[in-house]
Amino acid sequence: METEKDLQSLSFEEALQELELIVARLEDGELTLDESLALFERGQKLAERCNKQLSQATLRIEQLTADGEIVELPSP
Amino acid sequence: MGLFVSEANQFSQSTWSVSELTAYIREMFAIDYRLQDVTVGGEISNFTRARSGHLYFTLKDAGAQIKCVMWRSAAERLFFEPGEGDAVLANGRISVYEAGGVYQLYAERLQPAGRGNLAVAFEQLKQRLADEGLFDPEHKKPIPLTPHKIGIVTSADAAALRDILNVLNRRYPLVEVLIAPTLVQGAEAPPQIVRALQWLDGRTDIDTIIVARGGGSIEDLWAFNDERVARAIFAAQHPVITGVGHETDFTIADFVADRRAPTPSAAAELATPDIEEIRPLLAGYQAMLQSEMQDLIRQKQWQVQTLVRALSHLSPQGRLDNNRQRLDVTLARLDRAMNHRLAQEQGRLAVAVAGLTAVSPLATLSRGYAIVRLRENGRVVRSISHVASGDSLTVQVSDGQFDVRVGD
Repeated sequence: METEKDLQSLSFEEALQELELIVARLEDGELTLDESLALFERGQKLAERCNKQLSQATLRIEQLTADGEIVELPSP
Repeated sequence: MGLFVSEANQFSQSTWSVSELTAYIREMFAIDYRLQDVTVGGEISNFTRARSGHLYFTLKDAGAQIKCVMWRSAAERLFFEPGEGDAVLANGRISVYEAGGVYQLYAERLQPAGRGNLAVAFEQLKQRLADEGLFDPEHKKPIPLTPHKIGIVTSADAAALRDILNVLNRRYPLVEVLIAPTLVQGAEAPPQIVRALQWLDGRTDIDTIIVARGGGSIEDLWAFNDERVARAIFAAQHPVITGVGHETDFTIADFVADRRAPTPSAAAELATPDIEEIRPLLAGYQAMLQSEMQDLIRQKQWQVQTLVRALSHLSPQGRLDNNRQRLDVTLARLDRAMNHRLAQEQGRLAVAVAGLTAVSPLATLSRGYAIVRLRENGRVVRSISHVASGDSLTVQVSDGQFDVRVGD
């Protein structure tokens, strides 16, 4: 796959998008069994990664100060 | 009444100092409740904005003028930029500036003359921008479904921001937030909002920008009817969602935004998916992965089986089996033919043997005759001329033979 990045470096939305793509490609068929198996395994990992991110997420807040700096604020 | 008391006083009255008199005059204004909350209409002249932020100007009409001052605290709440020549309504109290010896209007609020003018200005700007195409649907950018980072243009310490953050935290805590704080009301608000918007829009890590302000009067929300703000929203590369005021408030910013939300909280909802809707989506994808894979495996298995069947028809083993069977059949036929032939021959042999028996000398021999042969050459002796004395002869009788010698 052309965009197979390291799982941990993927943002949630990237992982979700790739997962959607994989499901669509599997639905299309036209793949060899080996390709399909590889996609399937990748898809499983992406789904696990997404689930993990969902359960661990906390809102990250930054604010621009009058000095033009960006400071982090506590989560609500 | 110190200094002049002891002087000869031709007015036969007690005298006041200027300060005393001025204080008294000031008191006169103060006790007239009508002058403590008065609204006056006039045209602005001699307008100055001091470095301190206070505004000084004169209101006048054809016949009179009155000095006015507006302290910074009130000036900051202005929803428009007053200027020379503007017809305005000013509300405040009348009092005396003792050091200057002038009475003046201490204005708390200022608005363009005639409340209708706001609506007219609003409609005029709305029409003009609509004619320019700023509200056209084809300019509306889609809002990313799963944003990575959301920029927020709003007041840093307002309830609106807290509402937005709470909604984001509940719905989609995966998102990051970058706040560009601004004033959201007053004459200074529009340029600040524009700057904040442009700063966020210039960043590459932002997916969506929310421009928000909590509820308020039409004057409070006026910064969002500012043409500069509208144009900045239109020019933004990133999609902009407005959430200004309450459900029923529509501002120019709302019309030009890519999406208008009725409130700041609603803007946060429009900007993000709900995590509780993503979970089942993910589960659905996982199930689809599984079922696609199972389908595929079943399909491949079926293909393999079909091929195996096809192969078995075509394999040399089949032909071998075929030939082996032909061979068996042929061999069987051969067997049958041979047996038949053998039986035939045996029959013929039996007939021949029977014929033979009829002419066999053995029958004669058994009656006591013998066959005599020369031993030398096996010739049958049929005449005495065939033998000479001393010849060896073989005598065959029915159950065997023996040798004899011819005597003299």
